[in-house]
Amino acid sequence: MIEDVLDLILTIGLMHYLIVSGSVFALGSVIALGKRNAVGVLMGVELMLNGAILALIAFSRFPPAGTATTAALEGHVFVVFVLTVAAAEAAIALALAVLVYRKRETVDLDRINLLKW
Amino acid sequence: MNLAEHLNVIGPAVALFVGSGTVLLVGLMLPRRAYSFTLTCLALIIAGIWLLVHHAAGTESSALGGAVRIDAFSNFFSIVIVVATLSIVLATRTWADTLERSIEFYALLLTAAASMTILTQASDLITIFIAIETTSISQFILVAIVKDDKGAEAGLKYLLTGAVAAAVLLYGFVFLFGVSGVVSLDQILSFAESAPEEYRLVLLLSLMFIVAGLGYKMALAPFHGWAPDVYQGAPSAIGSFLSVASKATGFAVALRLIYSGLGGGDFYLATDLSRIFVILAVASMIIGNLGALRQTDAKRLLGYSSIAQAGNIAVGLAALTAGSVSGASAVTFFVATYLFTNLGAFLSVHFIRSKLGSSELTDFAGLIKRSPLVAVVLSISLLSLTGIPPTAGFIAKVYVFNAAITGGDLWLVGLVAVAVLNTAISAYYYLRWLRMMWLDEPSGDSAIRPDGWQQTVLVVMMAGTVLIGILPNPLINAAKTAVESLI
Repeated sequence: MIEDVLDLILTIGLMHYLIVSGSVFALGSVIALGKRNAVGVLMGVELMLNGAILALIAFSRFPPAGTATTAALEGHVFVVFVLTVAAAEAAIALALAVLVYRKRETVDLDRINLLKW
Repeated sequence: MNLAEHLNVIGPAVALFVGSGTVLLVGLMLPRRAYSFTLTCLALIIAGIWLLVHHAAGTESSALGGAVRIDAFSNFFSIVIVVATLSIVLATRTWADTLERSIEFYALLLTAAASMTILTQASDLITIFIAIETTSISQFILVAIVKDDKGAEAGLKYLLTGAVAAAVLLYGFVFLFGVSGVVSLDQILSFAESAPEEYRLVLLLSLMFIVAGLGYKMALAPFHGWAPDVYQGAPSAIGSFLSVASKATGFAVALRLIYSGLGGGDFYLATDLSRIFVILAVASMIIGNLGALRQTDAKRLLGYSSIAQAGNIAVGLAALTAGSVSGASAVTFFVATYLFTNLGAFLSVHFIRSKLGSSELTDFAGLIKRSPLVAVVLSISLLSLTGIPPTAGFIAKVYVFNAAITGGDLWLVGLVAVAVLNTAISAYYYLRWLRMMWLDEPSGDSAIRPDGWQQTVLVVMMAGTVLIGILPNPLINAAKTAVESLI
């Protein structure tokens, strides 16, 4: 009985990765929705993307039984593209944050309120 | 397939991408800015003709290892996007000439249009995600292109919400990939047809994430928060692009994913998916219409109106359980009519804003005396947005509601009842605006005239709205053919 439980905990499988991935994603969304600083929100979004990437890698390492063997490859390709997109998005985000800071001298979302949020 | 055949499939998008690069390059080397306008139009016209050739030939094939698929559906939506972009480029030329960064404006507009064209063709999860992000990133910059206070604020808000939505969409894709082990929509379809019951929960979760991510693109409540702010803060040229082209691609991706990837009404989660869309549609219509009631700024009003219209279109998505593909073809038809209707309204607002420097509703008072053409075009567009015959908006609404009712599902019948009530609410603010233009005294007595291209585009939009209202059959048939190619 105890050995079974130990086995479940110690043999690292898909579920372990998914739990970590889910926690990272959840933390990221809490930060992204809760932070009032634009740069803080961006960090939350990066965490969300990292959670998704972790799950992708886990799924391509442990593909569902009976499915195509290409899963390993497609998962990795997906990750590379997601990383690229995330980098591009972060670059534009920082540029816009700098633009807003120059105009308004703040990146606090509560004080960026010319347009009713 | 050899390289030429692959290129032929993605040709229109390649033409737009090449056009974007050329505009940047020529802009660097030659001092005259007029070239960028000409080159942009040229790229759009080449892409448009290429699409029409594909459309006439009825091409149906996959390319690039199944990443993109050209069929009647992708052609239909691509044509909508290219026509919308070309109309906006033509009608906003005078404004774009005054821009400090007009070269970047044209280049980014072409990039966005190109990636939207790819998006309508995308048939695997990776391509869909990349194309959505390429579109969004171009649009983030476009919103802030004027670099004034409001534009910068709108750009930042659009970006932050967009980034969160993209991450949520990605998480949904990851789980769809996780349970099926494949990324291409064809293979996901064969998985969905035989998906074991125990995957129900994880599939439902993944679908909810995906719907949330795409709902952001379509401006469906409760993922609509960005729409009024961005439409108000962005230049009206960009606002019209977002409201027509960006929304069209959102619905195109949703339709392809649901019908090509999940098997539409045959999917064992179809009922749950339909319920989700019923809730989103009701929320969008109510929030959009109630929000629009108290707006005084025309651009912000159109922002709320676009949320409500997204709710109307989503009625067609909810109708996926009603049998056959009538719901999907209603969505496709609605998006095409929305092109004429909404561009007519948005470009009229753009004209007023560029002449008078603001777009408060009071600026439209007595417009019929100052600029009869714009007043008539805007009036027809507003009637069409309300859904009054004989305009395209009326036919589109009837078609969507009819598709939803035919199944006799109580949820869908209730949805249509709510939608009809909402049409009545929306009539209040659309017709109030109309009354101001026709009956109120003008705020200034000088006449204002649109330039030649603006007149042409506005007349085309009005003619489209009225013609589709009188003779809807050719477009309805085209929409049906488009949707049938999905299955």
